[in-house]
Amino acid sequence: MSVDTVPVTPTGPTGKPIKTIDLHVGEAAPGCQKRDPILVVDGVRRTFGGLTAVDVDHVEVPRGAITALIGPNGAGKTTLFNLLTGFDKPDAGKWTFDGRAISGVPAYRVARMGQIRTFQLTKALGLLTVMDNMLLGAKGQTGENLFRALLPFLWRKQESANEAKALDLLTRFKLDAKKDDYAASLSGGQRKLLEMARALMSDPTLVMLDEPMAGVNPALTQSLLDHILNLKAQGMTVLFVEHDMHMVRHIADWVIVMAEGKVVAEGDPHEVMKNPAVIDAYLGQHHDEDIGEDPEAEVMHVSAIKELLDDER
Amino acid sequence: MKPIELVRRFTPRMIIILLGVLFAALTLSTFSAGSAHADEVGNEYEFSLTGNVRFSGDPLEGVRITAEGGGYEAEVETDAEGRWKIGVPEKATYEVTLDEDTLPEGVAVEDGANVFQAEFDLIDSLSVNFFLGEDTRETTSFFNQFLDRFVNGLNFGLLLALAAIGVSLIYGTTGLSNFAHAELITFGALMTLVFTGFGLPVWVAILIAVVLSGLLGYTLDAALWKPLRRKGVAVIPLMIVSIGLSLALRYLYQFFFGGGTSQLPGTGQAALTLGPISISPIDIGSMLISIVVLLGVAYFLLRTRIGKATRAVSDNPSLASASGIDVDNVIRIVWVVGAALAGLSGVLWAYFRPGVSWDMGFQMLLLVFAAVTLGGLGTAFGALVGSLIVGIFVEVSTLWIPSDMKFAGALVVLILVLLFRPQGILGRKERIG
Amino acid sequence: MDWGAIFSNAAGELISPTTAAYALAALGLAVHFGYTGLLNFGQAGFMALGAYGYAISILTFGLPVWGAFLVGVGASIVFALILGIPTLRLRADYLAIVTIAAAEIVRLLFTTNAFASVTGSANGLSGYKNEFAALNPLAPGTYGFGPFESNAYDTWLRIVAWSIVILAALFVWQIMRSPWGRVIKGIREDEDAVRALGKNVYAYKMQSLVLGGVLGTIAGMIFALPRAVVPSNYQTTLTFFIYAILLLGGAATVLGPIIGSMIFWVLLSFFSGFIARAVEAGWLPFMTGIQGSQLRFILVGVAIMLIVIFRPQGIFGNKKELAFVR
Repeated sequence: MSVDTVPVTPTGPTGKPIKTIDLHVGEAAPGCQKRDPILVVDGVRRTFGGLTAVDVDHVEVPRGAITALIGPNGAGKTTLFNLLTGFDKPDAGKWTFDGRAISGVPAYRVARMGQIRTFQLTKALGLLTVMDNMLLGAKGQTGENLFRALLPFLWRKQESANEAKALDLLTRFKLDAKKDDYAASLSGGQRKLLEMARALMSDPTLVMLDEPMAGVNPALTQSLLDHILNLKAQGMTVLFVEHDMHMVRHIADWVIVMAEGKVVAEGDPHEVMKNPAVIDAYLGQHHDEDIGEDPEAEVMHVSAIKELLDDER
Repeated sequence: MKPIELVRRFTPRMIIILLGVLFAALTLSTFSAGSAHADEVGNEYEFSLTGNVRFSGDPLEGVRITAEGGGYEAEVETDAEGRWKIGVPEKATYEVTLDEDTLPEGVAVEDGANVFQAEFDLIDSLSVNFFLGEDTRETTSFFNQFLDRFVNGLNFGLLLALAAIGVSLIYGTTGLSNFAHAELITFGALMTLVFTGFGLPVWVAILIAVVLSGLLGYTLDAALWKPLRRKGVAVIPLMIVSIGLSLALRYLYQFFFGGGTSQLPGTGQAALTLGPISISPIDIGSMLISIVVLLGVAYFLLRTRIGKATRAVSDNPSLASASGIDVDNVIRIVWVVGAALAGLSGVLWAYFRPGVSWDMGFQMLLLVFAAVTLGGLGTAFGALVGSLIVGIFVEVSTLWIPSDMKFAGALVVLILVLLFRPQGILGRKERIG
Repeated sequence: MDWGAIFSNAAGELISPTTAAYALAALGLAVHFGYTGLLNFGQAGFMALGAYGYAISILTFGLPVWGAFLVGVGASIVFALILGIPTLRLRADYLAIVTIAAAEIVRLLFTTNAFASVTGSANGLSGYKNEFAALNPLAPGTYGFGPFESNAYDTWLRIVAWSIVILAALFVWQIMRSPWGRVIKGIREDEDAVRALGKNVYAYKMQSLVLGGVLGTIAGMIFALPRAVVPSNYQTTLTFFIYAILLLGGAATVLGPIIGSMIFWVLLSFFSGFIARAVEAGWLPFMTGIQGSQLRFILVGVAIMLIVIFRPQGIFGNKKELAFVR
């Protein structure tokens, strides 16, 4: 896509985002087929100690749309993210990205294939400048090879081109004034924007955002939403994890609901909210059992404290 | 293929197997398979060296004799009558060596008498005699040796555990890898030396030393570590501070006590024989003390309120703090108890080595870290398990590797375990995201 | 009180080959720890490999200087690979312990009597200087002036040593300014973030380990040339002294290790000279000469603590880029 034109958020006459529809084939049930899936996940399981964190039979993520992955705490959303992006190894299962099988592929290779993720706790590199952060995001840099790094004439041109691209992105995200500041001096929300801008440096196909709204002050929320909508306008696919239902309703084209490691519902945002299985997952009988993402660790963490509490009774 | 990718094909397992094969090959090569010998060699020469190897009138067969001199070298084995003959090209001086390893059990040559300088004078054939006597060296069976070393290793492992528990708990509660623990160990031994030097009985001196060690731990936490924690100093700088402290204290000890080694009273008592093993009363006492103290520590951690609070803080400081536990108090207690245990460990180490020196703790530090890492950083029971494994391995490995390499064996085990189970035996895995 | 001798000896340390060796070793450690965040506590092991690799190649195998040099560097690369493959996936504090262990194993291998015929066991090796001396283009005589005076061999050694240091410094400076260096600095702060951007973090860490290790090995060779190779020189305390130099100068800088080494040795020499003469002159009746030399090491320990607590970026470092202080 050209970096000259500033993409316009696709909004209709009322100013609300135009949703992509007709993504699925057949009924909107968990694991339903998509017309044009970019990610197809089969039989993925991950257990920690005795507890199953992820147990997904089949799920497909549609291309070119914004998909939200929601569910209560401990549903396995971040674990699934980690598995799909190569940051964790499943007990079983396989998945394909753009038709290529990528289960077992290490995280850095997955990123090179065009699947970029962000983290729940923002990983803007505070000890580097904003510009350096951006330049790190660029793909295929000759200068990153140890021997070629010694000969600047081999990579100078590429570096300048990357700097121009970075500056353009920073301008779009309104961070250009800060380009030579250390990223540590940015506010929390600005760091989120930086992480997103950095992710775009490699022209990804699929952008996976882990709780992009977490810790962002409300003033920046709209700006972030617009940027995510822009991604879709530029032809990228977005998969994001969120708790903020308003945001989900606002921009998601498709919603996948997870609970206790399984996919319990899929569908259009409005329909999904009314789905009894979803309501049960959030408010049902298990709602007060905060299992936590790492059950084994929790068990050990609290055993000594439990003993103390038992003694006091 | 890029070199890095080529390297990656060699998975860690493959590397270990390769190294193992290499090591085995090297070891086997030292047991050189000799070529077949005759009892006579060099018959084409005019001159010869001859001999007849006998013991108490009986001929010895298969004993290897080597002659070397004037650029000429040859070897033979004695025949059924104990006779051998080596032909030599000229009348020079030859060094004739009897290979003691080829003598039967119970027979040995006097020290050094297995090498003979043979000088030719007028005769063409020179006779060489070796004086054989009964082999008074005791040969103990392999099992006995194993048991002996095992018990030794147990002793060492137990005193190691005393130090290791402190290190593990300090790590668990504060995140600090305490390099200065070495000097806490040395401190116990030095104080005992000082107070026995004043004429106090050993038991009193040891008690005073342990109390002073605990006091030192308290002082260190109050004066150094707590203020740094308050300041918000991160874990790695804390570790480097402990390295600087360790350096400073170690040379402070050398400043006051010199670079030599002294002995605590009662060292070097004769070994008693208990069944198949020989062990001195000191060793027995050391192990008993270790076991009793370790049981005490276990009781403390499992049954008392403070002990449980300690485990809670060690597992998860923020969660423990949120549930109302006074973390600073727990940490203070950990430092006092950990330092006192280290001091006691130092005393026992002084009896085990034996000897008190300025860097004795430092010599042991790496093994302490190995034990703690092996067992799992932050768990006291992991420290115990790791210490026993390291201690026993260090001693038992001397059956196969030279004793000046025994520490290396334990360190290799450490590296291997970290390869396959980075969190140690009882440790917890960490998560991303 | 011979102030002249004290100052002169101290000044001489500025360009001594030992200072160069420590500077180079600290530069290697800067690559490991300062720039990449690898807590390598086995730099003494790399130095031992350099010293022994060089000496054994010359004494046992009769190789020329270049061959001996390459053998040392080769051993260093192999050691770094063996060290790196299992450990680079471990957390920082585990890496520290494992690298100390590995360096100690190396030292024990060189000390054990089992290999005494090749390594000289605890007594070490000597007599390997001739080949290096033979390359000396300088005519015999004295060179330099004042405190910097030395004979032809020592001058030759200084020239070679400091040339290597300068080359290494330029090398490190250049790669750290490049995109490669950027990735390394990113890894230092958060390797998962860098991994998520498509960089093969493991490969970069390995490259850094090999690079810093080779610098340490060459430092070991330079260290061994004015003296004998004795295994007790390569204990963990050596690594701690190099860390002291690194932290003093500035962990993630190129100038830091060099200037840090100079300051370290000048101060050490000044201090020991002063104490020795003060004891002789009776100013410190409660101390002996030996205790004086121990006093300096106490001060090194205290200095390490103070630097890390109050000025962790050292002399040349940038506080905003400090990765290990968080």
